Amino acid sequence: MSDIRSRNARQFIEAIPHARALDMRLDAVGDGVAELSMPYDERFVGDPATRVIHGGAVFALMDTCCGTAVLNHPSGVAGTATIDLRIDYMRPATPGQRIRTRAECYQITRAVAFVRATAVDDDDSRPVATAAAAFTVERAT
Amino acid sequence: MTRPRPEPVQVVKQRRDAALRALVNGVPYIQFLGVEFDRRGDELTAVLPFSDKVIGNPLLPALHGGCTAAFLEITAIIELAWASLWEEMEAGRLDPTTLHPTHLPRLPKTIDFTVDYLRSGLPRDAYARARINRSGRRYASVHVEAWQDNRSRLFAQATGHFLMPDPDE
Repeated sequence: MSDIRSRNARQFIEAIPHARALDMRLDAVGDGVAELSMPYDERFVGDPATRVIHGGAVFALMDTCCGTAVLNHPSGVAGTATIDLRIDYMRPATPGQRIRTRAECYQITRAVAFVRATAVDDDDSRPVATAAAAFTVERAT
Repeated sequence: MTRPRPEPVQVVKQRRDAALRALVNGVPYIQFLGVEFDRRGDELTAVLPFSDKVIGNPLLPALHGGCTAAFLEITAIIELAWASLWEEMEAGRLDPTTLHPTHLPRLPKTIDFTVDYLRSGLPRDAYARARINRSGRRYASVHVEAWQDNRSRLFAQATGHFLMPDPDE
């Protein structure tokens, strides 16, 4: 991972107010791939009975991670926006643990990028959630 | 035959509003995003007030897609929980004054959620309504629509499947 690229990607994430509000952190970035994580925070709890993080917060993390992967595709992407994103919640994330997600842009055309992502907590053998998404692609002309 | 006198309207309203408030105030993430619920009879409209923390693109500025998704998922879950709460309450089986964040009915769990982004979210308040298309004993399917200035110009819609709480739990 080049230092310039990871610095640019980190600055990109830090410039997003909603990503800052959720305390998202860029952990790694490569050709068409990105890794982001988010700490456990009582304010993000979705179910008061179980103290599990709200699915919406996990969705926001995965969406941001997928967008970062698209922007770092080696074919050169100037801008992107989510067309649709489907998330499957496999199991509740364990309260108190950081949620980490990895996204891969596995196919790209002139106008559309296809991305998939996985989220885990401390137990990375069992995914918390998976996502599949399509993003718009703006090419620098 | 004499019918029992209907309850005063304020008593009915207070009971329904108290039940809704208990449900919504019990979820920290709803408070964090600042989502509010407007009630007309049993119909709910979720409101996401515009604020700095919901911005995704600071240059436009536009709502964060993930925040839009969270708003829609919150709307779907509260609609499902509200529908069962309403039934219990109207049948007189539940007294909302006993509802406390620690003694709320269990919430449905999201199985999957698909969000369709139709246009970018403007720097304004957003509204959403959910429709329960199927509600079985175990599974439910819910559709949610979100708009801003014009009800007929949706900026996002979503469909999700939910696992309903076990009534014996």
